[in-house]
Amino acid sequence: MSPTPLLGRTAAALAEAVAAGVLPAGDVVRASLDRARAVGAGPEWLNAVLWTDADAALEEAARLDAAPGADLPRPLAGVPVVVKDNIATHRLPTTCGSRMLEGYVSPYEATAVARLRAAGAVLVGKGNMDEFAMGSSTEHSAYGATRNPIDPARVPGGSSGGSAAAVAAGVVPIALGSETGGSVRQPAAFCGVVGIKPTYGRVSRHGLVAYASSLDQIGVLAATVDDAALALEVIAGRDPLDATSADHPVPRLRPVDAPDGDAARPLAALSVGVPREYFPPSLEPRMRARLDRAVDHLRELGATVRDVSLPHTALAVPTYYVLAPAEASSNLARFDGVRYGRRIAGDGVQATYERTRSQGFGPEVTRRILLGTYVLSAGYHEAYYRKAQEVRALIALDFANVFADVDVLFTPTTPTLAFPLGAVSDPYEMYLSDVFTATANLAGVPAMSVPVGRVDGLPVGGQLIAPYFGEPVMLRVAAALERALGEEAHR
Amino acid sequence: MRKQVTEADVRHVAALARLGLDAARIPALARELDAILDHMTVLSRVKTEDVQPVTGVGAGGTPLRADDGEQYPLAGDRAAFAPAMRDGFFLVPRLASHGGSAGAGGPATGAAPADEPRAPGGGTS
Repeated sequence: MSPTPLLGRTAAALAEAVAAGVLPAGDVVRASLDRARAVGAGPEWLNAVLWTDADAALEEAARLDAAPGADLPRPLAGVPVVVKDNIATHRLPTTCGSRMLEGYVSPYEATAVARLRAAGAVLVGKGNMDEFAMGSSTEHSAYGATRNPIDPARVPGGSSGGSAAAVAAGVVPIALGSETGGSVRQPAAFCGVVGIKPTYGRVSRHGLVAYASSLDQIGVLAATVDDAALALEVIAGRDPLDATSADHPVPRLRPVDAPDGDAARPLAALSVGVPREYFPPSLEPRMRARLDRAVDHLRELGATVRDVSLPHTALAVPTYYVLAPAEASSNLARFDGVRYGRRIAGDGVQATYERTRSQGFGPEVTRRILLGTYVLSAGYHEAYYRKAQEVRALIALDFANVFADVDVLFTPTTPTLAFPLGAVSDPYEMYLSDVFTATANLAGVPAMSVPVGRVDGLPVGGQLIAPYFGEPVMLRVAAALERALGEEAHR
Repeated sequence: MRKQVTEADVRHVAALARLGLDAARIPALARELDAILDHMTVLSRVKTEDVQPVTGVGAGGTPLRADDGEQYPLAGDRAAFAPAMRDGFFLVPRLASHGGSAGAGGPATGAAPADEPRAPGGGTS
């Protein structure tokens, strides 16, 4: 089953009804809060939502109902949203799933959140996550692991696992996550929802707590492709507060299902590349069958399907796990007991730094800071960090070459199904969860995951990857595939 | 041949990263880092002589802007985010004194999640 919609409607339909004054925003927000209680979205069960303020959310809804603002474009009027806990919000804490920032409330709000609010969305909670976005299972949160609503004995993926689980459980139709190596698409795949990582620079990072700045990007999770497109359209665009946000016009991303001419073959003008490196012999045969079926659908929709190659794909994980920890070791230096959050005093400045950081960071964050410091240190910089930067160039070149021949790529999102809680203890084995997603982050191109079916009741995600700023064509293919699959995508 | 990560290496990078590690954790961390770095050796075999390294995404690099513009839009008055204020300045705990009595600004309890800021007139820096 796809996530049960709030009041039986998509986010787009809820917003339309609220904006038209036929559905009070208060009813929508109450339905979201009721759903959260019914499914146990908080620490009592799923642990998907860390911080919430029901009164504030209802007040916000009441303000919308008191000033319907028919003359204002409010494409998300009354739509409840969950925002990942590393994206700054000024009324709820922003802890990054870490003890280091326990109780920290930001003095300003992320641009993406401000744009959601301006569009009428109502923040109902902050999503649980792997500490500082370092993880692929949401088991590395200082506030406990999140459960997958599809099978609560399994992980929801990560690091945006709380956001994905909140959408999968029907608590909200839209949530914000963040990506550095696959942290939106991988949990989207594990939870059977849609997840988009936009082109690097498409969405402002202002207010996103930095992990690896050359890779980080805010993304969206939603129950449907159209709702994901709606949310992306709202948050995308240049922001003077983020120098890396692209000065590139945001095209209309909706309606996603407008066919060009032939309604039966809406993808007739497009070519889809299927890269062989993403379909290794080790891929579980039943996952493979679901993905092959999706490719058949793309062909039936009119697309020309071609076998292509991205030869440096296997180097993405080692490259990523040099570059991301290196950047993290620098970015996380700011958490020192002086400027933010937790402070554990020691005998002098150095001791205060060391005590605060050793007790504030969990094991995975500590491991990655050490790894990042090591690869940047004298004697190793050339062998690891510079080399990884060079290989990153080769990975980006793979995409440039292949997009000269095809419009989009179709691949699996993950190499496995959602695994049981506690099943993966080896750090590098966990890192391999990113094998099919980290490539797009390293190249900066947009990518998304859409549900393409289930194996043993567990969701399988199909990934679409497009050239820089190719979100419109990516969404068009995703919407056509979603429509062709219908309920097959969720069974 | 890659040099194995030793316990001394872990202590060295921990000091660089200002992480105070429990001595008991260091052997395991050395093994873990070594195992992870072992997977990175594949990178050394890739021919990259003709490749320019990339430090970010996109050909244009990070754009520059004029050093001006609006202040960050704070969600409330500055005082609302300060533990304490005096004469328009934030009061924060002292990190070190100039008189050589390091640590005079805060008791080394280690148990409290955060030190309370000193009262106005107390040992603030």
